[in-house]
Amino acid sequence: MEFLTPPFMQRALIAAVLVGVIAPAVGIYLVQRRQALMGDGIGHIAMTGVGLGFLLSTSPVWMATAVAVVGAVTMELIRWYGRTRGDIALAMLFYGGMAGGVLLINLSDTGSNANLTSYLFGSLSTVSSEDITAIAVLAAFVLLVTVGLRRQLFAVSQDEEFARVTGLPVRVLNLLIAVTAAVTVTVAMRVVGLLLVSALMVVPVAAAQQITRSFKVTFVLSVVTGVAVTLAGTITSYYQDVPPGATIVLLAIGVFIALTLLAAPLARIRARRRETADERCTLEVPATRPAADDAPVRPV
Amino acid sequence: MNHPTEAVDPNRAAAPEAIVPEPQNTTPCTTSDPVIVVRDATATLGARPVLRGVDLTVRRGEVVALLGANGSGKSTAVRSVIGQVPLTGGTVELFGTPLRRFRDWARVGYVPQRTTAAGGVPATIREVVSSGRLSRTRLGLPRKADRAAVDRAIALVGLADRAKDSVDALSGGQHQRVLIARALASEPELLIMDEPMAGVDLASQEILAETLREQVALGTTVLLVLHELGPLEPLIDRAVVLRDGCVMHDGPPPKALGQHALPGHDHVHPHAASEPVRTGLLS
Repeated sequence: MEFLTPPFMQRALIAAVLVGVIAPAVGIYLVQRRQALMGDGIGHIAMTGVGLGFLLSTSPVWMATAVAVVGAVTMELIRWYGRTRGDIALAMLFYGGMAGGVLLINLSDTGSNANLTSYLFGSLSTVSSEDITAIAVLAAFVLLVTVGLRRQLFAVSQDEEFARVTGLPVRVLNLLIAVTAAVTVTVAMRVVGLLLVSALMVVPVAAAQQITRSFKVTFVLSVVTGVAVTLAGTITSYYQDVPPGATIVLLAIGVFIALTLLAAPLARIRARRRETADERCTLEVPATRPAADDAPVRPV
Repeated sequence: MNHPTEAVDPNRAAAPEAIVPEPQNTTPCTTSDPVIVVRDATATLGARPVLRGVDLTVRRGEVVALLGANGSGKSTAVRSVIGQVPLTGGTVELFGTPLRRFRDWARVGYVPQRTTAAGGVPATIREVVSSGRLSRTRLGLPRKADRAAVDRAIALVGLADRAKDSVDALSGGQHQRVLIARALASEPELLIMDEPMAGVDLASQEILAETLREQVALGTTVLLVLHELGPLEPLIDRAVVLRDGCVMHDGPPPKALGQHALPGHDHVHPHAASEPVRTGLLS
């Protein structure tokens, strides 16, 4: 437990746990809506926010949050109105955001590509106590939305048209998912970096659903997976000289592979259990023939 | 899967006439209380007119089938009633309220045309059916009565023993039953169904028809899109036939379609060859 002593490590671990909880909690709704790569898009857009933060000498984290929220809402609006070539519009947003970030950070006096790298791939060891406060506040918001409104968000993500006919405020809920995803991206930016943040939102969910049958269990298991890999990755990076972000993502993929291998035998066991219940379907031919029917009976 | 239906089918194939002449035995008398009023509705898909002045009235307790060929606009008509297709002209009223101001969605149970009702994440039957109750609970927490209503809806479609199974593991017909249970979870007064029998195995068709019969007996109003009347024929009070976005017929189920849709003329022939009784009749 020696890794708990240095203060920077304590902060890193708190940040890691919070991100491990909230990234899959939002990601599960994105996966359910088959928008698994939305987090990646928001990450690209957030780059412009980071660049803007350096240029204006304000906090890159808050600037990235603001820009990511605007970007996520724009993506949601494109999904509503621009049905025809939505993918092209999204591509513009993603790459525009990335290019804008690189340009702005090089225009600023303090920023450089080296600074940019720490946002692209995360820099857990430089998390300050103010960062921890910001991360905790944002994580609380994300948890409140994703857990408190889980029934409504489930319905909207499962079948949007049906959700509209139940009278739910579908547009507001969609925007809420977009904003929550944007907040999560910027929170996770410090831990795994903008380029890998989407992995932490999607891979734990993909891993969990290999062996689950219900949404509830998938939710819990993907959060447990998220926390386990962020903690394990952070601790590994303390002892071995490896970048935490990449370690966390590779660990998550490892869990995915392990659970996928476990899925086949598990499905076999479940199928066998169901078969034993259904096995006895007897042929009811003699009993069900109408009495008046003279049709010749063939041996079955 | 098909075993239980073999018990039912010989009777239906042997005596179709016996089923036809009693169409209204369970439905209460219709009053003049309209639940759905569509007046002169027009709608376009892209540049193509899909509805060209459709009038449709469904009164309380009525069971109305919307028939027509593919592309006749029946699905669009039904989706415009629940506000999912914007009208370019005309009006829609639900329970006497213009659609724009209608908020009482718990009174409406909607069964969409079966598509991919399974999302990207596993979900159990119970979880999917529970979302139908949200029209009553809205943003609040579900109470004991809400959970009981969800259980009742699942039992109504005969899936009580599978409530904890994933919807991914279900057959097409079972999936359709889940969607109907989801619509019934809010205990609606009006059921709107888009092709509930499409691609449904015979066992599930029987259960769906029985479920619907119970709902109609309780006084539920039903508007459903059908490709053919099929096993639901005895329940149907009135048929509205669309062609090219216009109403061609509004009255008792039409003869031609009725004959075409008798159970004996089922488009799905899952056990025509393996059924000894039927082969005997034909030879």
